[in-house]
Amino acid sequence: MKIKVTVQLKPAILDPQGKAVEQGLQTLGFKARHVRIGRAIEFDMEASTPEEAREQAQKMCEALLVNPIMEKAIIEVLP
Amino acid sequence: MKVAVLIFPGSNCDHDALHVSQRLMGWDATPVWHQDTELPANTDLVIVPGGFSYGDYLRCGAIASLAPIMKAVHRHADEGRWVLGICNGFQILCEAGLLPGALLRNRGLQFLHQRVHLRVERNDLPFTASLGHGQLLEMPIAHGEGNYTCDEETLALLHANRQIVFKYAHPSGEVNDTSAANGSLEQIAGIVNPSGNVLGLMPHPERACEASLGMMDGLGIFQSLEHSSRLVS
Repeated sequence: MKIKVTVQLKPAILDPQGKAVEQGLQTLGFKARHVRIGRAIEFDMEASTPEEAREQAQKMCEALLVNPIMEKAIIEVLP
Repeated sequence: MKVAVLIFPGSNCDHDALHVSQRLMGWDATPVWHQDTELPANTDLVIVPGGFSYGDYLRCGAIASLAPIMKAVHRHADEGRWVLGICNGFQILCEAGLLPGALLRNRGLQFLHQRVHLRVERNDLPFTASLGHGQLLEMPIAHGEGNYTCDEETLALLHANRQIVFKYAHPSGEVNDTSAANGSLEQIAGIVNPSGNVLGLMPHPERACEASLGMMDGLGIFQSLEHSSRLVS
């Protein structure tokens, strides 16, 4: 099963990279707002159900992939 | 005093820490590889040096915090022995859970490499015993992710336990919203754990110990440890 974890700074934490990109997009005339930049982590995993895969990915986030002080994760089980 | 200086792939201030420990302080200091599982017997102080461990992949210090040697560092800290994390070492200690909070990207996004002034907020710790309360120390910073942050609960605990040890100050000594170039919460430059034996700071005291380098104020932290070790033994 293929898993994609997107890690972003929490909404309450200023994302200066997102801010800089937002300004760039606005300079180009795009009406982009609230730009947030994150990182995407993809991996294959052996799991019998999508629920099991999601549960394992959640544990990975807690153990290493995410620092809960500043980040949040969105877990997707890809088809 | 017996010192262990940890080395991770990407550490680059390990030699500075060893130089200060051995040549300037006369300590028995040993480099310790990250794959080792034990510290040398009777280590008093572990220095987690600056650098870019594992290329800062994932998050600064995240991979290093899982290295085999870190279990020994946890045991060392639990025994009340001293740990000093400098720059990337501070980030590693936060990721390892030995210190609270996290270091974000600098407010202005730029890597900051400059001299700063620190105000000593506590001088009743082994790391600061020879310094004056409110004393200003000049030393360099060199980091891209030194913007300290934590949640409100943790901040309240930092205050309640008096865990804030150094704050970024203007050369006049004033601490205000503009004195931390990296944007650190409450201008925090260095904190200690509640029991006072694990210190992390972003500035580099080990690069400010010799007149030939133009700054000597970092030496006060190492001299404090020397002073404190004599009181203990």
